[in-house]
Amino acid sequence: MHTKDSSLPAALKATIPVMSGYLVLGAGFGLLCQSSGFPAWAGILMSLIIYGGSMQFVLVGLVTSGASVLSAALTALMVQARHLFYAISMVDRYRDTGAAKPYMIFTLTDETYSLVCRDDLPEGCDPDRYRFYVSLLDHIWWVGGTVIGVLLGEILPFNTAGIEFAMTALFVTVFVEQWLSSRNHLPALIGLGSSLICLLVFGPSRFLIPAMVMITMLLSLFRKRMEQKEAER
Amino acid sequence: MNVYLFTMIAAAALVTVMLRFLPFWILKGRKTPDFIVYLGSVLPYAIMGMLVVYCLKEVSLVRAPYGIPEMISVIVTVLIHRFRRSTLLSILCGTLCYMFLIQAIFR
Repeated sequence: MHTKDSSLPAALKATIPVMSGYLVLGAGFGLLCQSSGFPAWAGILMSLIIYGGSMQFVLVGLVTSGASVLSAALTALMVQARHLFYAISMVDRYRDTGAAKPYMIFTLTDETYSLVCRDDLPEGCDPDRYRFYVSLLDHIWWVGGTVIGVLLGEILPFNTAGIEFAMTALFVTVFVEQWLSSRNHLPALIGLGSSLICLLVFGPSRFLIPAMVMITMLLSLFRKRMEQKEAER
Repeated sequence: MNVYLFTMIAAAALVTVMLRFLPFWILKGRKTPDFIVYLGSVLPYAIMGMLVVYCLKEVSLVRAPYGIPEMISVIVTVLIHRFRRSTLLSILCGTLCYMFLIQAIFR
């Protein structure tokens, strides 16, 4: 039993880097929603119930281009697939979290995962409470950022033309980061190549689904080779 | 419009939530199939490439401004990230660069 539980202040301190990122990126997302002509609730609802940056940015594009619900669902499946693995690695750690468990599972984003997957938690913390606070605070930063962006879009009359490039810049940045931090570049090249080929063959409004099929097929095809490469390291 | 918008948001949310909950429902400590583990390790890299192409899908190389603002801004983003490795800084610089280019130069 902890007489003095320092879980909340410790969680607050741990989420500061996420806070700066989520507030800025969330605000960018809110601004994008406003400049795309979405009603104010739409962006905030997305941040509340999807709570996944990449998918939310892509969804704005899908909605404005009038894509089908099926392509939204399939895109979510591919873009968010990694969340499956965050969840897998947290099954044991979240065993005894009780009533907070569904919420803690729902809020497992990339950034939250990077904080809660560690076992070297700050001293004097109850692990379950600490992880719950981290999950809750990150969610608050993300939704808060979105609200700020939506409000900015409402109040400030500055020219937001080109703000949609924030999405491109986000993906380019993550792509470069992944490229720099991995030695096997085949998956990245498969993603880039398949998408370019499908874009040329099927055109901008129809290439996403074929590209996802082609990527999955090629990745399955090259499985042996990639696992060998992995083993050689 | 609002019904369509809501349906799209709900579909994306449902799939996302399902992916996060699935292991807790079905695995419960059982071993994850190898193929799924493999896909999970390589898919993020491939999908990020797909998303970059997705963002640039409407860019035309044969019509003015020939994708020049996009090209410059992507290069700026890549270079800044290559040397500073700060996600926020790269996104901010890339976006501001693009906004400047299309608002002030390639009008």
